Amino acid sequence: MKFLVLVVNRCLWFLPTVLGLMVITFTISHLIPADPIAAAAGENATAEQIAALRVKFGLDQPIYVQLYRYVLAVAQGDFGISLYTQRPIVFDIATRLPATLELTFVAVLIAATLGIPLGVLSATHRNSPLDHVLRVITVSGLAIAAFWLAILFQLLFAMKLGWTPLQGRVDGWGPDSVTGFFLIDAVLMGDLEILQDVAAHMILPAATLAFPAMATIVRFTRAGVLEAINSNYVMYEEAMGFPRRIIVWKYVLRNALIGTVTQIGLIFGILIANGVVVEAVFDWPGLGLYAVSSILQSDYNGIMAFAIIAGVIFIVVNLLVDITHGLIDPRESR
Amino acid sequence: MTAELLRVRDLAVSFATEGGTAKVLDRVNLTIGRGQIVGLVGESGCGKTTLARSILGVLPRNSAQIGSGSIVFDDADLLKVDPATLERTVRGRQISFIPQDPYGSFNPVFTIGSQIMELMKWKSPELNDRQAARSGWLPRFHGRQRYRADRQRVLEMLAAVQLPNPDAILAKYPHEVSGGQRQRLMIAMALLTEPKLIIADEPTTALDVTIQAQILKLLRQLATGRGVAVLFTTHDLGTAYEICDRITVMYAGQEMEEAPSEGFFNRPSHPYTSRLLRSLPSNDGGLVGIPGEIPSLVNPPIGCRFHPRCEYATEICCSQRPEPHDVGVDHVVRCYHPVTEKPKQAVQ
Repeated sequence: MKFLVLVVNRCLWFLPTVLGLMVITFTISHLIPADPIAAAAGENATAEQIAALRVKFGLDQPIYVQLYRYVLAVAQGDFGISLYTQRPIVFDIATRLPATLELTFVAVLIAATLGIPLGVLSATHRNSPLDHVLRVITVSGLAIAAFWLAILFQLLFAMKLGWTPLQGRVDGWGPDSVTGFFLIDAVLMGDLEILQDVAAHMILPAATLAFPAMATIVRFTRAGVLEAINSNYVMYEEAMGFPRRIIVWKYVLRNALIGTVTQIGLIFGILIANGVVVEAVFDWPGLGLYAVSSILQSDYNGIMAFAIIAGVIFIVVNLLVDITHGLIDPRESR
Repeated sequence: MTAELLRVRDLAVSFATEGGTAKVLDRVNLTIGRGQIVGLVGESGCGKTTLARSILGVLPRNSAQIGSGSIVFDDADLLKVDPATLERTVRGRQISFIPQDPYGSFNPVFTIGSQIMELMKWKSPELNDRQAARSGWLPRFHGRQRYRADRQRVLEMLAAVQLPNPDAILAKYPHEVSGGQRQRLMIAMALLTEPKLIIADEPTTALDVTIQAQILKLLRQLATGRGVAVLFTTHDLGTAYEICDRITVMYAGQEMEEAPSEGFFNRPSHPYTSRLLRSLPSNDGGLVGIPGEIPSLVNPPIGCRFHPRCEYATEICCSQRPEPHDVGVDHVVRCYHPVTEKPKQAVQ
């Protein structure tokens, strides 16, 4: 019952949060002192032509009217027309969103499957050589800039060793699009060769994204495990002779994961931000790359659409995190 | 098989602290007979909990160090048994534990039932010694038949510790039951594995006074009924008097006196215990303290650690710790100048 209340409560917060996000994004992008219409109309446009374009896009209206229209349109799934490509932005995004989501999911998956066990080991072997090595790795993970790591990976694995493709998402056309997630589509097709190719393209960008995420997960899991291991229930479980393996990997870990799950939610946001850079370096046809070209072309609608979609993904992930919290920690849900 | 179940001899334990090495236990002796309830009495910081944890083999790994001594349990020196065997066949199975803090000693994110069944999975009396000794690293399954038998045991035990509605309690999370109920659950868990010895570390300190008495009565009744010995640490002499067969008094890491409860309260022989009994609040409203303060364990007094506060102290008390000697039946005191007169006022 309490769990249901928690879920409903979090869901009710969803709409106001998204609305707030839209207002902020809209306001900020309209405060930028650049004139997108002049840019879109070209250098040779006359004043009349620019004014006509302004009316066409509704930019002659007061800002609150523009905001009202924008929110209404977005609510109907209409992000407007790209000032640059002259196509509806929804189409542009629909083709790119799966690429970004796939990359982010894979990165989070790698980060969590490596980071959680390493965090536990680093806590149970506190101050051992293993812990020190992991500390060096995690600190570098947090300190190294994503674009630099991406280029380093490219130089080593793609250029020098030739183990992976340099960039892109797939060679040739890729699998038949069902979900837009190439890994899943390739499996659905049952085509091992394409699957291999897609995976090979995925490794470097996913690793670049996963590295700092893994570092964060290791550090938070380590802190969580250390806190749990000094608790009275661990003392009790030891005194009653529970096997060490069960104490650490079942009883301690589940307590430690409460903190780690929160971090994974925040990491998702960081990954979407890092994704902009990583996608640009690896020429990954996702939202990040789209955002970069939108920014370079002062494409208002494109930038706002990216900010809102990224924000919505972040909000949804944190909604899921709150619900997962309730599932892991009965004190929240019962 | 000897009459004694547990015999701690000359146990010395020190802790690394920031201020230096704290000599928390100084050649401590302790004896527990089979089925006996022994009270380990002393002020906070006197080493009761350290002694209890030494017997369980769960001293803090990185700071505690056992210097010397032996802990002979059922004819085997636990200090010489390898840790893995201790974990599998002794802890939980032969020696179980009732913690001081029933609030924090349950894992908050698992149901009570799953925690009790986890205990039974590894420590159930249904397992023979060979099965229990198998490595904890191999995956192990509870087995449907044994699970049922174990669950039946659990339900019966919850009824025995007078918990209403055992089925419902098993499905709850620890934060959903009261402190008294949690401590009843802890007693149930301690008894479920049919151990020979239960170590109860101040099991009622965290509870309301009204519930304390109930829990103590229950513990005594269940342990005596099953012939389980209990080592019961407390700082409360009244509590010890109520439930213990035998009392050991500790002061600053040294045991001072071991005696049967009756003998102890009627004829305390160590100056410390004698003064301790006199310092209990009396009916005429007087309160007599012991002058001086508890010594530091990093730089403890040499010899008898009580000597700086002792009215009978002589030179030898400051240089060498007295050996134990008998002053009555089963009544052992470590003092050069045992008190002989009866105390002015007996307890209750």
